[in-house]
Amino acid sequence: MTASVLPEAAVPMKRSRLRRSFGDAMVVTERNLISYVRIPESLFFSSVQPIMFVLLFRYVFGGAIATPGMNYVDYLMAGIFVQTVMFGSINTSIGLAEDLQKGLIERFRSLPMARSAVLAGRTTSDLLRNIVVIVIITLVGFAVGFRIHTNAIAFLGAVLLMLYFAYAISWGFAYIGLSAPNSEVAQLMAFPILFPLTFASTAFVPSSTMPPWLRAFAEHQPVSLVINSVRALSEGGPTARWVIPALIWCTVLLALFVPLAVWRYRRTA
Amino acid sequence: MSAAIEAHGLVKTFGSDVRALDGVSLSVERGTVLGLLGPNGAGKTTTVRVLTTTLVPDAGSATVNGFDVVREADKVRASIGLAGQYAAVDENLTGRENLRMVGQLFQMSRRDASRIAGELLEHFELTEAADRPSKTYSGGMRRRLDIAAALVHRPPVLFLDEPTTGLDPKSRNAVWSVVEELVADGTTVLLTTQYLEEADRLADRIVVVDRGAVIAEGTSAELKADLGETVLDLGFPDPDTAERAAGLFRGSWPGGVVVDGSLLELSVDSGPSQVMLALRDLESAGIAANRMALREPSLDDVFLSLTGRRAEITEEES
Ligand SMILES: Nc1ncnc2c1ncn2[C@@H]1O[C@H](COP(=O)(O)OP(=O)(O)O)[C@@H](O)[C@H]1O
Ligand SMILES: [Mg+2]
Repeated sequence: MTASVLPEAAVPMKRSRLRRSFGDAMVVTERNLISYVRIPESLFFSSVQPIMFVLLFRYVFGGAIATPGMNYVDYLMAGIFVQTVMFGSINTSIGLAEDLQKGLIERFRSLPMARSAVLAGRTTSDLLRNIVVIVIITLVGFAVGFRIHTNAIAFLGAVLLMLYFAYAISWGFAYIGLSAPNSEVAQLMAFPILFPLTFASTAFVPSSTMPPWLRAFAEHQPVSLVINSVRALSEGGPTARWVIPALIWCTVLLALFVPLAVWRYRRTA
Repeated sequence: MSAAIEAHGLVKTFGSDVRALDGVSLSVERGTVLGLLGPNGAGKTTTVRVLTTTLVPDAGSATVNGFDVVREADKVRASIGLAGQYAAVDENLTGRENLRMVGQLFQMSRRDASRIAGELLEHFELTEAADRPSKTYSGGMRRRLDIAAALVHRPPVLFLDEPTTGLDPKSRNAVWSVVEELVADGTTVLLTTQYLEEADRLADRIVVVDRGAVIAEGTSAELKADLGETVLDLGFPDPDTAERAAGLFRGSWPGGVVVDGSLLELSVDSGPSQVMLALRDLESAGIAANRMALREPSLDDVFLSLTGRRAEITEEES
């Protein structure tokens, strides 16, 4: 092409296996974050939906929903937070399905990089993305009257718990993203899973008015447990009875989804 | 010293009925170019994927740079470059970011990776576009970026899967120059293509694949020996007339005689005088051709003479 010669290769760094895996995951994370920053529309529009939910439930439905011992807006925000980070995790499946479609996964697989880096990098970047979303939703909540009635440390605990939960869910979506034929389908596949879990829960209404069978489900499923924990940590009330089972659920889901996603990644042809 | 790439009896099936590879064996000497030539669906990409470790074969074995592609996959990966059939660049990243990322994934420090990215961009005439997201690149630029990404660590063995399919002639020439330059530098190249012309120009040896099996192998000259240097196409009003015309030549014509519908194709070895001869024979038999063309033999001709079938070739895609 030009007169310039091709560059010689640089000497690779000598790093332990662990440092290498971590370094590769960081490179992939950075690459995903660049895309998120370069396409702010994605973050913008995925914040618009939860903001509309806040407004809808705060001003349209909220007046008709009785939440004993608590303002409805304080009750509502725990549900909104958890719903939002869960839907944020769908990005993991969309991103991986896109990478697969565009042949990037194929390129990564032909490189001598850590096998775990593509999944670790993707779930890490979606974790960071969820932090930004939580900040936005917290500010919106404050604007419509949401108040923390515990203290900053307890609320920070609530944030960490919802991030942990979303992180575990991300790995589940990693499996879905690698199984979907394309990114549109990957996105559609998430709804039948997330909808029943968010609405048949204690996110927007107390479970006391539900029929017994639904109530049994709504009170024991992990999304409700996480929401109840977040609510207790930000508004007060007994915490251990929610937080402990919620942490167990998150850990179990993570222990299940990580090997599942890694297995899927290895056998994706 | 062993060959740079060696494959024995590779088999790969997808599902229960697609036998993508049905016992492919090939060998590429160090510093040479092998052209893997075949129509769409022949098994070219599947072969490349097995040799670049992204797909594990059901049977057979292969080594690249002396490393087994299944048992020593990581060592193979460290010593090869791959530019796949569809340019695998991240379109939200700039050209520079794409190359730096690949460098870092080859365990280079960020500084080294940035420096090499800059030099590669310069070499591939992408400096001006270096800091634009690669989604703004043309097909040719994207392909160049993809090949540059395969060269970040200067691999001794390079795989190019249909590097010029869908490119305009200018970009195609640019890719060809890159390959020639790399070969002059001692790189071993395995490139797949649907175009005989491309294999002809770049490859030292050509392996023709069809339906997952090697159906011919040799230098371009050997493969074309039966076809002649040139093909004379003669069009007739209908298949019957074409068949009658073919009857004049069968048995006496020194090269291949093929009828395809109302088209008669004659291989021509000895230039204009042979063409004259054909036309004179037609005239004295009172058979009028309504169209005539002289052209280079194509993969289609090689393929037809090997299998008796027409090859299915993808037209432009990008
Ligand atoms: N991942 C896959 N799943 C199912 N069939 C496949 C897959 N990859 C390739 N094939 C099939 O295997 C055959 C060979 O494909 P391929 O190697 O891509 O051919 P080529 O690259 O020569 O066009 C084709 O019939 C193709 O449809
Ligand atoms: Mg192919």
